[in-house]
Order: sequence, then C-alpha cells, then structure tokens
Amino acid sequence: MSVLQQVLANKEAEVLSAWIAEQASDRTLQKGGSKSDALKEQSAELLGALREGVQQGNGEDIQAPGWTRTREILTDISAHLIKRGLTPAEVATFVFSLKRPLFQLVQTATAKTPEVLANELWTTNQLLDRLGLFITEVALESREKTISRQQTEMLELSTPVVKLWDGILALPLIGTLDSERTQIVMENLLQEIVRTGAGLAIIDITGVPTVDTLVAQHLLKTVAAARLMGAECIISGIRPQIASTIVHLGVDLGDVSTKATLADAFAVALRKLHLMVARMPHSGTSTE
Amino acid sequence: MTGKGEILPLRASEDVVIVRQRVRALAAQEGLKLVDQTKIVTAASELARNTVIYGRDGTALLEAVEAGGRRGVRLTFEDRGPGIADLQLAMKDGYTTGGGLGLGLSGSKRLCNEFEIESKVGVGTRVTITRWR
Ligand SMILES: Nc1ncnc2c1ncn2[C@@H]1O[C@H](COP(=O)(O)OP(=O)(O)OP(=O)(O)O)[C@@H](O)[C@H]1O
Ligand SMILES: [Mg+2]
Repeated sequence: MSVLQQVLANKEAEVLSAWIAEQASDRTLQKGGSKSDALKEQSAELLGALREGVQQGNGEDIQAPGWTRTREILTDISAHLIKRGLTPAEVATFVFSLKRPLFQLVQTATAKTPEVLANELWTTNQLLDRLGLFITEVALESREKTISRQQTEMLELSTPVVKLWDGILALPLIGTLDSERTQIVMENLLQEIVRTGAGLAIIDITGVPTVDTLVAQHLLKTVAAARLMGAECIISGIRPQIASTIVHLGVDLGDVSTKATLADAFAVALRKLHLMVARMPHSGTSTE
Repeated sequence: MTGKGEILPLRASEDVVIVRQRVRALAAQEGLKLVDQTKIVTAASELARNTVIYGRDGTALLEAVEAGGRRGVRLTFEDRGPGIADLQLAMKDGYTTGGGLGLGLSGSKRLCNEFEIESKVGVGTRVTITRWR
C-alpha cells in the first residue's frame, strides 16, 4: 500500500478539513464559492473518488477506468467554477490547493523514512499536476462551448413587425435565418398583413449577414404568400456585395421589387399609396 | 502550398452559423475584398447546409492557402452520408431532392475560383472550394 493510499484511506477527514481551510483562504477560490456548502460537498466527493482511484493503482494514466469517477467530479466542479466566472487557469487552482494538505500528511506519515518521502511526494505531485491539467482542459472546452452558444444566440432573429404608416408595414430582419424561428417570423408578417389590411410590406434585410438560397427561398415564399393576400412586398437593404452574390448564386428574384435602403422602399410605398412628404411652410417670421 | 487548418463539426443548423462566422473571419484575415468575403461565406453556407441536411458525420476544414504568391481561402466539406449518384444532375441549376431552390451546388461553384466535388454512393461526399485574393 502506498503512503498516499494510506493517507487517503485513514486520514480522509483530516485531509478534507485542511483542504477546505486552504480553499477558504485562497482569494481565487473564494470567488468560486469556497465557503459554500456546494463546493465543500464536491471536495469531499472528490477525495472519496481519489481514494478509489489510487487504490485501483495506476496514477500515471488518469484516463484509465479507475479514474472515471474522479474525472466526472472534476468536470462538475469545473462547470460550477466557470459559471461563477473563474478562468480555466483559476479553475486549476482548485486542484492545486490540495497539494499543501496532502504533502503535509504524506510527510508526517513518512517522517522516519526520508528516502520513501521523496518518492511519495514526487508521485503525489505528479498525480495532482495531471488532475490540474485535466480540469484546465475541461474548463477551456466548456468555456469555448459557452462562447459559441452565446454568439449563435446573439445572431438569432429578433423581429417585430412595425407599422410605418397606415397601410405600410415593415419587417426589419436582424440576424441569421437558419433556425426554425424564421418560419414563425414570416408567418407573423402575413398575420399582421391580414389583421391591419396593409397593402404594402417592406422586408428589410440590412441586418442579415448572409443571403443564401435558404434565405432567398424564405423571402420568395413570403412575397408569394403576401401577394395572395393582396399585399405587395418590397425587399430593402440589399447591399452591393449581397446583390452581386445573389446574381452569381443564380437566384431569380423575378418581379419582386427591391431597394437599396429602407428609406428608398418607404418612399416607393408612399408613392404607391398616393401620399407625399412635404416640407412644412415656415411658421414664425420669414427669414427670406 | 501551405495550409493551416481548422476543422469544425457539421451536425446541426447552428453549426452552419458557426462555419460562416469562422469563414468570414478567415477571409478577412487573408485580405479578401468585402465582395469576395461575401461570396465565399455564401458558398460555405450552401455547402455546409448540404452537409448537415443530406450528409452524415460532416466536417468543414478551413485553410489559408498560398500559391504563386497569391493568398486565398480553401474550404473542404466532407461527410459520410449516402453520396450523390449522378453528380452532373446534382450540379444542374434547379435540381433538388430536398425541396430547395436547387442552386446550392451550382451556385457555390459560380461563387468561387476553384470547385471540386467527389462523391461515392454509400460512402460520402467531399466538396473543396477555393477563393483567391
Ligand atoms: N453532401 C451531400 N450528400 C448527398 N447529397 C447531396 C449532398 N449535397 C447535395 N446533394 C444532393 O444534390 C442536390 C442539389 O443540391 P443543391 O445544394 O444544389 O440544392 P438543394 O440543397 O436541394 O437546394 P438549395 O438551393 O437550397 O441548396 C440536393 O437536393 C441533394 O439531393
Ligand atoms: Mg443545398
């Protein structure tokens, strides 16, 4: 039985209380909630798993089946600490804070045999370094996932139908049109056309970063459906690079009217309703 | 020719969004003009979505390439789906088995400088495109 194994088996309570004290005095881990019961419980669980892992032998390969439980607990702890705003490097200090308490107990247990001491300290150190690296990697991975999910969510379509004038609706599309929600947004527009009896709808795609066949198909379908309900659509916000790309792609917008900007489209819509915008005659004293 | 690649998974429609973002960043970094960035991002969107919809276990490989003093972006879309039996037909404008516009393959070919497609029924499909600066 190795000394580390003995320490973990016989002095578990001692190790735990020393470790928790160590965590509580660490500024980084305080941010991670080292004084909370959640982290204390996870620490106790981890010690139990470590004991099992060391018992089953090979501390050199923490990917081995004997370390499954340890890896699972470390993954949970990593998620917990990342959520509390710790960086992956800070997450690793959780594992490293176990070094001092463990080393001290290993040292006490081998006080009479210095040659064993050096050896035991080395293997204990190696094991904790491996676990520290492992938790860092897990933390990095989960952080990357969070970031890419946030980016994707940010790009999700957020879209109210707005009334610009009596009979003129606008749908300013912002974000990507890949998700199922696009369908809902388009249906919303059609419902508003019915509800308000609007004869003109401007679909503005200034905020849509990429117009590919899927986007084009959504637009064409919406325009066709609106037409069946007696409303005409104008697509606005087609930037030059998008116009050129649509042409190369081979998408035929047919007789759908398009305008470069929402303002242009609004002007067209007003004209169709025989409305005009006029400058107010000067009130007050003349300056001419 | 030198390449430094990034491999991204293509399993769900969110992955298509991420591929577009990464391609846009790479194209900008390689100095492509805005219109060329838009073209390769749009082609990437088409091929990535085909991989997600028709393929299985798809990936996208994004590389910065250089040849004869020219820099560019090369993208490889690979999947282990059912493959395409008749490539000539699939490349035709308007041909679709998925209720699309049938312009993804032919359109992305027009949006790039180089386009290569290989497919084997029951094995999978690989499309490689390059856009030079
Ligand atoms: N990776 C793939 N694996 C298997 N079949 C594919 C793959 N990519 C394309 N295909 C086949 O080729 C056809 C044409 O593809 P293309 O992208 O041109 O049009 P589409 O996807 O049907 O419509 P869209 O215009 O929306 O892209 C598809 O309908 C499909 O049958
Ligand atoms: Mg397609």
